[in-house]
Amino acid sequence: MTSNQKAELKAHRVSVRVEGIVQGVGFRPFVRNLATELALTGSVRNDTAGAFIEVEGAPTATGEFLRRLQSDAPPLCVIESVVTAPLPAAGGDGFAILPSDPGGERRALVSADMATCADCLRELFDPADRRYRYPFINCTNCGPRFTIVRDIPYDRPNTTMAGFAMCADCEREYADPDDRRYHAQPICCPACGPRLSLVGTAGARLEDGDAALLQAAALLRQDKIVAVKGLGGFHLAVRASSEIAAAALRYRKHREDKPFAVMVPDTGTARQLCELDDVGQNLLESPRRPIVLLRRRPGTSMAPSVAPGNGHLGLMLPYTPLHHLLARALGEPFVLTSGNISDEPIAFLDDEARARLGGIADAYLTHDRPIHIRTDDSVTRSLRGKATLLRRSRGYVPQPLLLPHNLPRPVLACGAELKNTFCLGRGRRAFVSHHIGDLENYETLRSFTEGIKHFCRLFDVRPELVAYDLHPEYLSTKYAMELGRNGIDLVAVQHHHAHIASCLVDNGETGPAIGVAFDGLGMGTDGSLWGGEILLATLSGFKRLGHLEPVAMPGGTAAIKQPWRMAAAYLDRAFDGSPPEDLSVARRQAAMWLPVLTLARTGTASPMTSSAGRLFDAVSALVCGRDTVNYEGQAAIELEQLAHRREDGAYAVPIIGSDPFQLEGKALVRAVVDDLATGTGPDVVAARFHNGLAGAVVAACRRAREMSGGLSTVALSGGVFQNVLLTERAATGLEGNGFRVLLARNVPANDGGISLGQAAVAGTQDATGR
Amino acid sequence: MTSPPGTGEPWTVGPQTVGKKRAFGHTAVNLSHGAGGKATHALVQAIFLDAFANPMLAPLNDGAVVSVAGRPVAFTTDSFVVSPIFFAGGCLGDLAVNGTVNDLAACGAQPLALSAGFVIEEGFPVADLQRVVGAMAAAANAAGVPIVTGDTKVVERGKGDGCYVNTSGIGLVDERATGLSASAARPGDQVLVSGPIGDHGTAVMLARGTLGISADIVSDTAPLNGLVSVLLDAAGAAVHVLRDATRGGVATVLNEVAAASGVAVVLEETALPVRPEVAGVCGLLGLDPLYVACEGRMVVVVAEEAAPGALAAMRAHPLGGGSVIIGEVVAEPAGLVLENTGFGGARVVDMLVGDPLPRIC
Repeated sequence: MTSNQKAELKAHRVSVRVEGIVQGVGFRPFVRNLATELALTGSVRNDTAGAFIEVEGAPTATGEFLRRLQSDAPPLCVIESVVTAPLPAAGGDGFAILPSDPGGERRALVSADMATCADCLRELFDPADRRYRYPFINCTNCGPRFTIVRDIPYDRPNTTMAGFAMCADCEREYADPDDRRYHAQPICCPACGPRLSLVGTAGARLEDGDAALLQAAALLRQDKIVAVKGLGGFHLAVRASSEIAAAALRYRKHREDKPFAVMVPDTGTARQLCELDDVGQNLLESPRRPIVLLRRRPGTSMAPSVAPGNGHLGLMLPYTPLHHLLARALGEPFVLTSGNISDEPIAFLDDEARARLGGIADAYLTHDRPIHIRTDDSVTRSLRGKATLLRRSRGYVPQPLLLPHNLPRPVLACGAELKNTFCLGRGRRAFVSHHIGDLENYETLRSFTEGIKHFCRLFDVRPELVAYDLHPEYLSTKYAMELGRNGIDLVAVQHHHAHIASCLVDNGETGPAIGVAFDGLGMGTDGSLWGGEILLATLSGFKRLGHLEPVAMPGGTAAIKQPWRMAAAYLDRAFDGSPPEDLSVARRQAAMWLPVLTLARTGTASPMTSSAGRLFDAVSALVCGRDTVNYEGQAAIELEQLAHRREDGAYAVPIIGSDPFQLEGKALVRAVVDDLATGTGPDVVAARFHNGLAGAVVAACRRAREMSGGLSTVALSGGVFQNVLLTERAATGLEGNGFRVLLARNVPANDGGISLGQAAVAGTQDATGR
Repeated sequence: MTSPPGTGEPWTVGPQTVGKKRAFGHTAVNLSHGAGGKATHALVQAIFLDAFANPMLAPLNDGAVVSVAGRPVAFTTDSFVVSPIFFAGGCLGDLAVNGTVNDLAACGAQPLALSAGFVIEEGFPVADLQRVVGAMAAAANAAGVPIVTGDTKVVERGKGDGCYVNTSGIGLVDERATGLSASAARPGDQVLVSGPIGDHGTAVMLARGTLGISADIVSDTAPLNGLVSVLLDAAGAAVHVLRDATRGGVATVLNEVAAASGVAVVLEETALPVRPEVAGVCGLLGLDPLYVACEGRMVVVVAEEAAPGALAAMRAHPLGGGSVIIGEVVAEPAGLVLENTGFGGARVVDMLVGDPLPRIC
């Protein structure tokens, strides 16, 4: 029986509307092949909403088709929804791929950038292939996407590949539904595509093509610093085994301590350097190719300046053909850190790179395919056996996260000040932006304002509601205020409420839940600086059930950069105004100790804060001697890494008062001082502090459960919960007490997750008319 | 009040504003409305400008220029509240005279006459009042301006902080200065300041005695009409903007200029004149000297070709010896003040909404 006869006999036809990331990812050929295999007739075409399919054949075959449509879809497809409807049988022959329908609302999604696939990799190193050693090889399953898109629809003229006319061979592949490069917009080859070049510091082209790559590898072997143009910006590369090169890079970048990321040629090398669990390996090998934070094995050869004093390494595998070629040419791990000075944003334009990296790089390995959107590497780690994002950017953005409810109106959430992301929401989709950075930097502020415009165009969203943080001085808040003056509706969302809402949405929940939001700082509803908060929260509102007892931050911002000041303020509290005078921190800071204590005591230039991050700072100064920080979170990271993993002792934290109750953080500081005075090892003290704070989280949640009538779901969020030790101990303790624990997974627990929370809160309040 | 699904507990939310933003979102004035930043501007815009609307007020310069018998006359007023009243390098009295003289000077005017109004709290020592008034007389003498009229009120104990002084002043605008305006900065112009910044603000904070340190810092309070006079002699109409960098410091003044002129101001961090003692106190307090008040520093925006002459003339004047070029005016990004850091990046030097609060985490 032919398929035609079968269709006539059974006469079963359905329409299938598929939404999600289904364009430019090989979806239509996959659909056609699947339908043909199952002896179904019909058609598939792209439209602005995604893909529209009609299939006809035996009911068992259409059922099988719908099942495998989702389970077997190509790797870059993200299917958000499949809606089917019955149609009258129409008969017909074969299965056709029809031209795109350009009309209607733009709902089709642009894929994130994806690492070189196995097929392309094989061709890359196959001397017989026409793209042998061609650093821009890609197909519908891999390659640049978000970083090269200028506008939608996602067609070549709307990408930075517009300037490259396809040769006849590429054109044939592009037009052939059976080819892996069918409608691969960045398709190219050595005959028609971008070219690699090595440029010297004076701007002269030193080498072209493969010679450029080989010469770059040679320079690296001579301990030079080479700027390498990647997917989302320029990196700076040095050999990871060369202390001379790594130290020079640190010096020239003005980056004192913050670890460098390292690209390793393969998983085996990663395993030699670091402890690698299944989650870590999956992250490392995922086509999104994030940086994965891994615990370092002792005694591995790595230049000390790569990650000074750090027990972890950030590793990644090659993700562009260029990286693969470089990794193979070099044959050893190499530092691949963002191409910038100090805390500047990563350089992504050729002129910009030469201007800004001029004092750093000895040469530039670059090419003529422009980057449209600056995108940093994403950073991940395994936490409690699951993948967790610490920075969500390349490889993940612009894939939307799904909100639990429909947004009544399109929302723009402006995010926080540091580690800013913004979020554009429409319907149930939340498009959280790539990592933007610290907005005080002008280049970053421009990325923010231009990024918002780009997202609005790319997803065809015109925000009608703008969510912002309560902190009046955030540049993101001021941006929202400008929009407000132009008549758009505004919603203020408290910082820690946004942290918890973000965690809820991330886990597909709406609350109510107990939220523990521990971070550096965020503006509270009372105008003071919060950061150690126990909330009762839903997506629409919250109540502050408890918090860390507030202490002074002597000198405000100065106390954030100088953790010893927090030690002074906490000691003054812990010892009722007469802290011991023989402490090493007081001796180290003798000149300023009394003036800073005076600030704290008189409240001069010393805002009060309930921040958990500042408590970590105080203890890190006492235990690790970390008096000043060179990057955010440094004091807490060093304290965590110092902690003895098998120490179970814990300091007690009294809970005082009610509505809101307070956790006496000063009790931890007092216990730290007492233990150090009796000669307890700093590693044990650090562990007991972590355990004590974790215990305080559990005790606070038990109190919150009583106050909330039995709520037993706890969301842990805020940057402090990027501390693995604290998070593991708190979560385990909570589960032991009958709580269900939610952790940030798909967006960072730090301020990079704020925008998603803001969008969810604004949308929920909008829907409920509050 | 609503209840979330699944609980019967009372439920509150934080303050939220859904809907159209109101013109002035406060029911009571708070201290940030007097800090000289965006909150002050919001108050002035929403309450005063609206009620008093007229073309002479609208530019919001340091003083207004009104036409008297066909001649441009600058007119300004300022109330002085400082705690403590006496500090190293000056007192409430010097401030009250120099502040108004400098507002006139920033309009390109030489002062003709000042008024003085006193609000004195019951119990304020006469000896202190005599010191304040003596300082006013000396400052007026130094500026070459008479105090020609006055007023005195005494309020009950506890209803005033010792003594407040208001001064108003009029002055004839120099004919070479009629184009002076916060909106007159043009791309290419150079930005000068007449000496080290932040001295006054740090001197007052030290005088409060709550810092637990002493430092050799004195207020820079001084009358700048003489300095402006030699500047106009040297550069004339090439001087586009004069601003007296008081409350909110150089950063706030330049933000006002950038906004009013529709230009950007780019400062060089390494060029900013800050005394080491001031940097030390600001470091202790976590303050940026760019936002700390001066009382004897003029910010000058001058056409590029006239800048060397202007700088030389200012440096030759006793109150301008520390003058330097701190930056320049560029077209983009309009409305912003940037500071090039030593590392080659640019930081946004924003106008603050209120008092400085940490915004990093």
